[in-house]
Amino acid sequence: MGLTGLQIFKLLPKTNCKECGFPTCLAFAMSLASGKANLSQCPYVSDEAKQALEEATAPPMRLIKIGAGEKVLEIGDEQVLFRHDKTFYHPTGIFIEVSDNLSEDELKAKVDEINELVFERVGERYEVDGVAIKNDSGNADTFKKAVETVAGKTDKVLILLTEDPAVMEAAASVVADRKPLLYAATGDNYEQMVEVAKKFQAPLAVRGKNLSDLADLVEKIVGLGYRELVLDSGERQTSKVLADLTQIRRQAIKKRFRPFGYPTITFTTEEDPMKEALQAQVYVSKYGSIVVMKNTSKPALLTLFTWRRNVYTDPQKPIAVQPGIYAIGDVTPDSPVYITTNFSLTFYTVQTEIEATRIPSYLIAFDTDGLSVLTAWAGGKFIGEEIGPWLKESEINQKVNHRKIIIPGGVAAIKGKLEELSGWEVIVGPREASGITAFAKMRLGA
Amino acid sequence: MPVEIFKEKYTGKVQEVVLGATKEEGGTRAYTVKLGGSSALPFLQFEGESARPVIAMEVWDIKPNWHECFEPYIGDVWEDPVAWAQKLEQEYGAEVIYLTLKGADPERENPKSADDCAKLVKKILENTKAPLMVEGCGNYEKDNEVLQAVAEAAAGENIALGMAEKDNYRSIAAACMMGKHCIIARSPVDINIMKQLNIMILDMGVPADKIINDPLASGLGYGIEYSYSIMERARYGALVGDKMMAFPIVCLAGQEAWRAKEAVAPDDAGPGWGDQKTRGIMWEAMTAAALIQGGADIVLLRHPEAAKLIKEHIEDLMVPNTY
Ligand code: B12
Ligand code: SF4
Repeated sequence: MGLTGLQIFKLLPKTNCKECGFPTCLAFAMSLASGKANLSQCPYVSDEAKQALEEATAPPMRLIKIGAGEKVLEIGDEQVLFRHDKTFYHPTGIFIEVSDNLSEDELKAKVDEINELVFERVGERYEVDGVAIKNDSGNADTFKKAVETVAGKTDKVLILLTEDPAVMEAAASVVADRKPLLYAATGDNYEQMVEVAKKFQAPLAVRGKNLSDLADLVEKIVGLGYRELVLDSGERQTSKVLADLTQIRRQAIKKRFRPFGYPTITFTTEEDPMKEALQAQVYVSKYGSIVVMKNTSKPALLTLFTWRRNVYTDPQKPIAVQPGIYAIGDVTPDSPVYITTNFSLTFYTVQTEIEATRIPSYLIAFDTDGLSVLTAWAGGKFIGEEIGPWLKESEINQKVNHRKIIIPGGVAAIKGKLEELSGWEVIVGPREASGITAFAKMRLGA
Repeated sequence: MPVEIFKEKYTGKVQEVVLGATKEEGGTRAYTVKLGGSSALPFLQFEGESARPVIAMEVWDIKPNWHECFEPYIGDVWEDPVAWAQKLEQEYGAEVIYLTLKGADPERENPKSADDCAKLVKKILENTKAPLMVEGCGNYEKDNEVLQAVAEAAAGENIALGMAEKDNYRSIAAACMMGKHCIIARSPVDINIMKQLNIMILDMGVPADKIINDPLASGLGYGIEYSYSIMERARYGALVGDKMMAFPIVCLAGQEAWRAKEAVAPDDAGPGWGDQKTRGIMWEAMTAAALIQGGADIVLLRHPEAAKLIKEHIEDLMVPNTY
C-alpha cells in the first residue's frame, strides 16, 4: 500500500518552513500522498525518511530496461490488472531461445532466421525482440563463444541463460555493453549472480521454486542492494504459470507487495509451434513481461504478434492515421477516388487492396476520430451530411477532372445524401476491402 | 516468508445454462453440456470454480463458401448437413453442433422454407448425439417463421436458438419459451445493450437459465481487443454480483477469424506471413484462445485443426492451479 498523508507527515521535519512551496508540512504530505508533489521539494527530509518515502511512493511495479543503445526493451511499470481500467504500457518481449550446443555455422544460420522474422500488416512492423542463448553445453568457453557469435550477428536484445556465476561472468563480459538480461539467480547462486549483475550493471532474472521462495529470494537480493530484477516463479505448466503471474501482478498492484513489484519472465514448453504460440498467448494476455520461445514458425508468430499488438493498444485511443488525401501510385487527373475512414486498421487494409489493383488511385482518409467505417457511420461521423460538404470544398476537386467517388459497400445508404451535398457521383464499392481487386477489374478495367 | 495468496472474494457467479436434453430429460441427446457456472476469473481455479469452455463446430444448411483449405476435411460432406454434423461429432471432437440456416435467406435464389429448415433440424437431431444450437439466416421477418418452426420440431431437445437482437428478440424469445429452448442474445460489442437485452428477454418470461449471450466478438487483428475487454468487464461484473452481465458467453470465433485477410491470403502473401494453411488455422485458434482468456464459455470453431488445437489448449488451462 502507498502511505497515507498522515503517515508521510510523521516522517517530515514538521517545521512548517514553507520552502517546499506549501504552507505546512501537513499540506505537503497530503499532496505527496496524492502524487501531486515531489519529495525533492523539501530540502530537510532525513535520509531514513527519504528512503522510506521513496519506497512508498515508488510505482507498484518497477520499470526494467534490457539492452542498450537503439535496442532497449522496457518492461514492467504496469499499473492495472485489466486493460479496460486504463491500458497496458509495455508489450511482452518475445524472445527466441538458441542453444550453445549448436555449431558456429548452425548458430549463425539460426540467428539469421530470427533476424528475418519480420512481419508487416496494416502498416505496422512486428519483429522478435531478442535472442536468449542457453548454456546447454555446460562449458564456459563454448557459452562465451556462442554469445559472441550471436551478438555479432544481431543487434537484438540478449538474454544469457546459465546458472553458473563463473560461466555467466565470462559470457557477460563479452556483451557487457549490450546490457543483457542475466538468467538466473537462484537460491544456490544468488550472492555471486548479484555480484556479476552489479559488475556489468545488467538486469538480473530471479527464479524461485515457488512464489514464497521467489519472494524470499527477492528480499535477499534487494538486501544486497540490487533492484534491477525480473521474476520467475519457476513454474512451467500453463495454468499454473497463469495463476502465478496473476498473483505476482495482483500483489504488486493491489497490495503493493514489494518483492513482487518487478516484471516477469516466462518460458514456453510446447514443442509444436502452433501449440507453443497458444501457450505464449496466455502469458501475453495475462501479465508475462517476457516470453522465451523456441520455434520460429512464421504463421504461428504472426498471430502471436498480432494478439500482442491488440492487447497492448490503448483502449481509449484508436490508432488513427492523419486524415487527408493519399495518392497511391503515379496518380493522374483521371485516377479513381476512393474514400474510407482514418482508423488505421481500416485505412491500411483498404490501402493494401487498392495497391493490389495496380491502378494509381486516390484514397481519402476521412476524419472519423479513428473509427472504423460502420462504427463511424453508426456514430454519425461517416455520413453524407459530414462527408458531402467536406468533399465539395476539398482539394481533391483540383486534383482530378472527374467527379466520381467510390464508397465502402457497408455504407451504401449514404449514397443519396452524399451525392446531393457534394455534387459528386457516388459509386458503391464492395463491402469488404478484399473485394476491391475484383471490383476494380470489373468497374475500372484493371 | 510464505506468500499469502491473494484471493478476491466474489459474491456472484456466472449463470449456469444446460444445453441439450437426454432421454430422461425428455430429449434424445447422448449427453448435455453445462455452460457457465464460473465463480472465478477464467482459469483462476485458486479462487473459485472456472467452468471448462465448450467447443461447438459449425454446419451450414447449404454448401459453404469457405476457403479451399477446408476441402480435405469436410469437402465430402459439405453438401449434406446431416453427414457433416455427424463427421464433426465423430471425427473432429465437436461437443456441440452449431447449425446456421443460411439457405433460408430470402435474398438467395430458391430460399429454403421454414418447413425445410424444421425438417433438416429434425433429421440432424435424429442422426447425431450432441446438443444443438441453431442460428437463423439473419433476415428478421424470415427468422420469425423459421425459428418458430425449428423450435417446434426440436421440442424437448433443449436446443439454443438465435440470433435474438434488440429489434427481433420477441418472436425468438416466444419460440424458445414455447419449445423450452435456450436463447442466444446478441449485442454489438456493447455491454449496456447486452444488459438491456437480457432484461427485456427476462421480462418476456424466458428463465435465466436459458439465456446465452453473444457479444459479437471480433476476430484477431480486427477489433478483438474491444471484445476481449468487454468480456473481461462482463465476467468481472458477474462475479461482483451484476446478474445482467452473468450469462454464459458464446463467441463465433471461426467465422470472424476467416474473414481476415491474414487467414486466407495465399502462401507468403505478406512479408513474413508464412504458409496460408497454418496461418488460417492459427488465425482461428489464436482468436478463440484469446476470447477464451477473456471469458468465453463456448467457442464456435470452423476448422477441425483449429478445434483440435483449442481442445488441447483448454486441457492445459484446466490443470488445477489451486495453491
Ligand atoms: C470495434 C468496434 C467498435 C469500437 C470502435 C473502434 C474503432 N476504432 O472503430 C467502439 C467500441 C468504440 C464502437 C462503438 C460503437 N459501435 Co461499434 N463496432 C466495432 C466492431 C466490433 C469492429 C469494427 C472494426 O474495427 N472493424 C474492422 C474494420 C477494418 O472494418 P471497416 O472499417 O468496416 O472496414 C472494412 C470494410 O468496411 C471495407 N472498407 C473500408 N473502407 C472502405 C472503402 C472502400 C472504398 C471500400 C470499397 C471498402 C472499404 O474494408 C474493411 C475490411 O473489410 C463492429 C462489429 C464488427 N465485428 O464488425 C462494431 C459495429 C461497427 N459497431 C456498431 C455500433 C452500433 C456502434 C455504436 C453506435 C454503439 C455501440 N454498439 O457501441 C458505437 C459508435 C461509436 C461512436 N460514439 O461514434 C455496429 C454498427 C451497426 C450498423 N451497421 O449500424 C457494428 C457493426 C456492430 C453491430 N453489428 O451492431 N464500436
Ligand atoms: S520544506 Fe519540508 S520542512 Fe519545510 S514546510 Fe515543506 S515539508 Fe515542511
